[in-house]
Amino acid sequence: MTDILASGSHLDAARLSGDATRAKIRARYRSEVRFKAYGVVAILVTGLFLSVLMISIFANGLPAFWQHSLNLELSVAAEDVDPTGKRDPAELRSGDYFAVARKALEAQFPGVEGRTELKKLSQLLSTGAGDELRRRVVSDPSLVGQTLQATLLLDDNADLYLKGAGTRIASRAGHGIVTPSAASGEVRILSTSNDFAREITAVKATLTDRATTLRVEAGRLERANVPETKQKGQQAREEAAALQARIDGIAGIEQLDDRMPSLLIAINGGLVKAESVGPAEIIGTTLLPLTSTGDAKSGDWRIVSYITPESNRKATDIEVAFLERLKANGKIEGGFNWLFLTGGDSREPELAGIRGALIGSLLTLLVTLILCLPIGVMAAVYLEEFAPRNKLTDIIEVNINNLAAVPSIVFGLLGLAVFLNSLNLPRSAPLVGGLVLALLVLPTIIIAARAAMKAVPPSIKEAALGVGASHQQAVFHHVLPLAMPGIMTGTIIGMAHALGETAPLLMIGMVAFIVDVPQGLTDSATVLPVQIYLWSDLPEPAFQAKTAGAIVVLLLFLFLMNGLAIWLRKRFERRW
Amino acid sequence: MDTAAATVPSNRRPASNSAKVIARKVNVHYGDKQAIKNVSVDIPDRGVMAFIGPSGCGKSTFLRCINRMNDTIASARVTGRIEIDGQDIYDPELDVVQLRARVGMVFQKPNPFPKSIYENVAYGPRIHGLSGSKAELDRIVMDSLSKAGLLNEVNDRLNDTATGLSGGQQQRLCIARAIAVSPDVILMDEPCSALDPIATARIEELIDELRSNFCIIIVTHSFAQAARVSQRTAFFHLGELVEEGPTPQIFSTPRDKRTQDYITGRFG
Amino acid sequence: MSSIYLSILAVLVLSGYFLGRARATAVAGGNLSKLHSLPAYHGLFTSSAILGPMLLLLVIGSPTVAHLTQSIALSSFPAAVRSDPLQSSAALRDAASLAAGQFAGQVTPALRNAADSLAETRQWGNWLLVGLGATIGLLMLGLTVGRISQSFRARNAFEKFVLVLLILSAAVAVLTTIGIVFSVLYETLRFFYDPALKGRPTVTEFLFGTEWNPQAALRVDQGDIRSAFGFVPLLVGTLLITTIAIGVAGPLGLYSAIYLSEYATPRVRSYVKPLLEILAGIPTVVLGFFAALTVAPLIRGWGQSLGLDVASESALAAGLVMGMMIIPFVSSLSDDVINAVPQSLRDGSYALGATKSETVRRVVLPAALPGIVSAFMLAISRAIGETMIVVMAAGLAANLTFNPLHAVTTITVQIKTILVGDQEFDSAKTLAAFALGFVLFFVTLVLNIIALQIVRRYREQYD
Repeated sequence: MTDILASGSHLDAARLSGDATRAKIRARYRSEVRFKAYGVVAILVTGLFLSVLMISIFANGLPAFWQHSLNLELSVAAEDVDPTGKRDPAELRSGDYFAVARKALEAQFPGVEGRTELKKLSQLLSTGAGDELRRRVVSDPSLVGQTLQATLLLDDNADLYLKGAGTRIASRAGHGIVTPSAASGEVRILSTSNDFAREITAVKATLTDRATTLRVEAGRLERANVPETKQKGQQAREEAAALQARIDGIAGIEQLDDRMPSLLIAINGGLVKAESVGPAEIIGTTLLPLTSTGDAKSGDWRIVSYITPESNRKATDIEVAFLERLKANGKIEGGFNWLFLTGGDSREPELAGIRGALIGSLLTLLVTLILCLPIGVMAAVYLEEFAPRNKLTDIIEVNINNLAAVPSIVFGLLGLAVFLNSLNLPRSAPLVGGLVLALLVLPTIIIAARAAMKAVPPSIKEAALGVGASHQQAVFHHVLPLAMPGIMTGTIIGMAHALGETAPLLMIGMVAFIVDVPQGLTDSATVLPVQIYLWSDLPEPAFQAKTAGAIVVLLLFLFLMNGLAIWLRKRFERRW
Repeated sequence: MDTAAATVPSNRRPASNSAKVIARKVNVHYGDKQAIKNVSVDIPDRGVMAFIGPSGCGKSTFLRCINRMNDTIASARVTGRIEIDGQDIYDPELDVVQLRARVGMVFQKPNPFPKSIYENVAYGPRIHGLSGSKAELDRIVMDSLSKAGLLNEVNDRLNDTATGLSGGQQQRLCIARAIAVSPDVILMDEPCSALDPIATARIEELIDELRSNFCIIIVTHSFAQAARVSQRTAFFHLGELVEEGPTPQIFSTPRDKRTQDYITGRFG
Repeated sequence: MSSIYLSILAVLVLSGYFLGRARATAVAGGNLSKLHSLPAYHGLFTSSAILGPMLLLLVIGSPTVAHLTQSIALSSFPAAVRSDPLQSSAALRDAASLAAGQFAGQVTPALRNAADSLAETRQWGNWLLVGLGATIGLLMLGLTVGRISQSFRARNAFEKFVLVLLILSAAVAVLTTIGIVFSVLYETLRFFYDPALKGRPTVTEFLFGTEWNPQAALRVDQGDIRSAFGFVPLLVGTLLITTIAIGVAGPLGLYSAIYLSEYATPRVRSYVKPLLEILAGIPTVVLGFFAALTVAPLIRGWGQSLGLDVASESALAAGLVMGMMIIPFVSSLSDDVINAVPQSLRDGSYALGATKSETVRRVVLPAALPGIVSAFMLAISRAIGETMIVVMAAGLAANLTFNPLHAVTTITVQIKTILVGDQEFDSAKTLAAFALGFVLFFVTLVLNIIALQIVRRYREQYD
């Protein structure tokens, strides 16, 4: 007895005061903190994922809601839009309004005459630039021959440039007095001071970088055992040596290329792009013609550079020059891109809109809802209230749970094989899409409806039965209405799921390029997520913004639907 | 074939001399478990019959046989014969809905529908087509509420939701709801077990008032309550009907030892 | 035509309701309680007695009419066309478009004949259908209204009709499964055993072949292309991406679930739960775009700065984003099972002086293990079946590699690639997609059944 007590107290003392045990306890607490930290980190990483996703989508997508246009004064020449002069609406509709727009734009640049330059200029306009004008003229034929203020849609590349995807522009006033040799074409400009020394230094720095890269590359290649590779390395080394010679040479005339920032001289109302530069002279061509060949005094001319090398951007120097001039003249305006919401699909990014896809989604979801809400609720009522408890009911139940976890693409295979192939329903139609999605969402709705009905206390049903209601009356008069908020919540969540579903719809051909907005359930159509998929595949950078923009719209709808579901749940939640 | 002996429920029916409810050799099984063993009992018209006994003795189960509420439990199986006014209620030809319209039920916990007070009472008459007009329905609702002694308390808020009433009021509403379809028999399954003593007293008074018009069968835990409200009492134990007789006799001179033990507090 | 039928149906059903109700009220003679069922039920029963047979006639009749019309139209074509299923269906299409006045090709006499008879029989058949339907409807109306009496149990009869509707609705879910199994299985069997199919592989070649190149199946004439359908590279690709996804989502989802259920205050929960729900609600096409636009270039950039050769459609990018997708899935399922562990187990552990993390690791997690395992299985099945993320972010070329920095392809990507565009149901390439679909369905089904079974047993244990 005493032994036990003694040993017991001995143990206690060791437990509470032994250094080793204390260290052990500290270690246990450290591991406790660590464990908790894992959880926090897991949640933070998940949150980080989500925020990066959202930021990336919104940053890419928001520019899609903004579009630049030209606002020009133009005259609607009868020869372009109404050659016969009859003001016939059909004739007016088929008029060449793009030509009207093009001419108005060309009028902004009087001296620009070269074929290539004019082509570049007209390419700034969207192919749909005349559409707005067409609408106005067709609705009011008296505009023919008039001069009016019109908004002309810009091409996607021009639009992207204006949204900041072009280049930074630096400019400074020149010191010396300069004399251009010609007003257009090849121009040589001489300055009375060393205005371009800075540019020469920059060029040499670029060349030095290039030489260094070449030498590193050469070293890597020369180590290889393959003779051809060795030879390539040799070549690189020779190139580097040539560059070095240029760098070391005295400041003569340096050749510029499109991998260097572009150097331009703004002089006498024109713009000259330098091809080679010396300390006090420039040789180049005019982008925008000069008004005269007179001398320009110090401060009256400017040295402009487009920092991003031409080879690294979509907009060429001449396009930048055009756009900058238009911008400086206040001819460019930006506005909310209504066309994005009201237009159908198009191969031209600036004309492409999501209206067709939105209507397609709406029609598809309509079919889905009409089918799966009643069927889902009735199935749930049967399984929850009327089904005898037996093997068959068990199988149905297991089957529904499994169906909820079947990959969505398999439903697409079902749709393809059964609805399209066996039943010969139309391809790409909202009807079939809705059918497939209804089957896809049905298990979700059945499960939600059953859960909602289970939550209604049995005493309500008993009360109804007690006053002589039939089983069906008790269910349809009392249980179902009380379960309705829960069912609606489940249905909305199911619909949100259906709205975002893509894969099964690809299988039944809703991937076609469809310009027209669908009018009925059997018209060819696409849906919003499929439109997103289609656009994401296109090479034009402007379509990338469109894709992200369409995603923003899709997410908006999903948030709205989920918000509605949460509101319903909060508003009608009943604790029994 | 599709015909049922549709008796028109009426409050002014003459009291029958013979028993209202006759049960013969009733057995109830839940799956393999036997809950009621060979119960035979005659329940007279007009008056209160109390079923007492320890919990799990089968009194509630037997009560639920009388309006076939056990039908809702899939595993329950009822054999034997129960007659109301000479008609076998387990006759497959009989419409259980009509049976329940004649045999009202009040449950252990007040279970008003989450609707207005008016709608609660009106629901039964509506589904049974007892009223041809709104005015008639109003009359039935008012009548039932006043019979249940609730009208004065709720007269000005008939359209308020019923779940806002107190527990005792809710239970009286459930009684009003039951009598609104003019049943012959009212089953009460421990109607006061969820109520405080004052509300209980109020319900007991109500039961006493109702007994002149209905055949009331009440299941109760408390034999004091049985003694207060009932004229006859049946004692159940382990699924058997041990003995049945006039209430004073059961409480003063029980014939069976088990009844005696229960009443004197040996078990239960 | 069906609109005429449906409007007749609607008119009859509505008038059935009102006639039935009126008749019942008349029969009651002013005392409604004399009726067994309320007048409304008599009306409803009359309606349902009309609706049922007429709908049945439409469902059976219109395909029959379509079928008959087609076979009559087909008889105008020569026997050679009739016997070849491809040619005959093309001929029928032509005839149908000619009958609709939209045919652009060469009109032969046979085609003209076929189009005429098609139009004529179709019209006759449809009118016959409408007439028959109207007759049946009127007949049912007369019969049921005539039967109305005080004792007629209209409510019970109508409730039987409703019950049949309920059962049919519940059967839809079962029919869906049967439809999936049969449609996929049928094409799969054709893929392996249809003797008319050129270039079909054997089951062994399919399951163990290491080269997947269905495009080669188009060049049937150029020699042996049976090796084109080797499933192994797809399996490896799918498993590689799935492994990466589970590697991401497993720890993150599980630790979030543990934190949320054991440590987090209600306030934290109320913020984090919606966050996970948002993530769960993001469509996979959005995640796919994110993977292709942001994640893949990012990984490629990092890889290059480390001197690694990263494919622009690397398995890593697709796997990471897919992992992101299933985090909420793992975490909510694990959260459920952890919450289902009874508090008494935790209390027992605390009473012995265990810390919270020790309790979680030694008591809660082992108790919840079956549930967590099934959560992971469901997550794996999700990842295997996911399509859009891999379609947009993973490659098309079937490389047999385990390197996560290389491009791989998956089962779902191949199904999508093969089936989007023109399909011919008699080419091995198209049928191969169904074989892949079958594998996908089968694998996910087995995973789901096992997982759901485990969960069910687990729930029963603690209920």
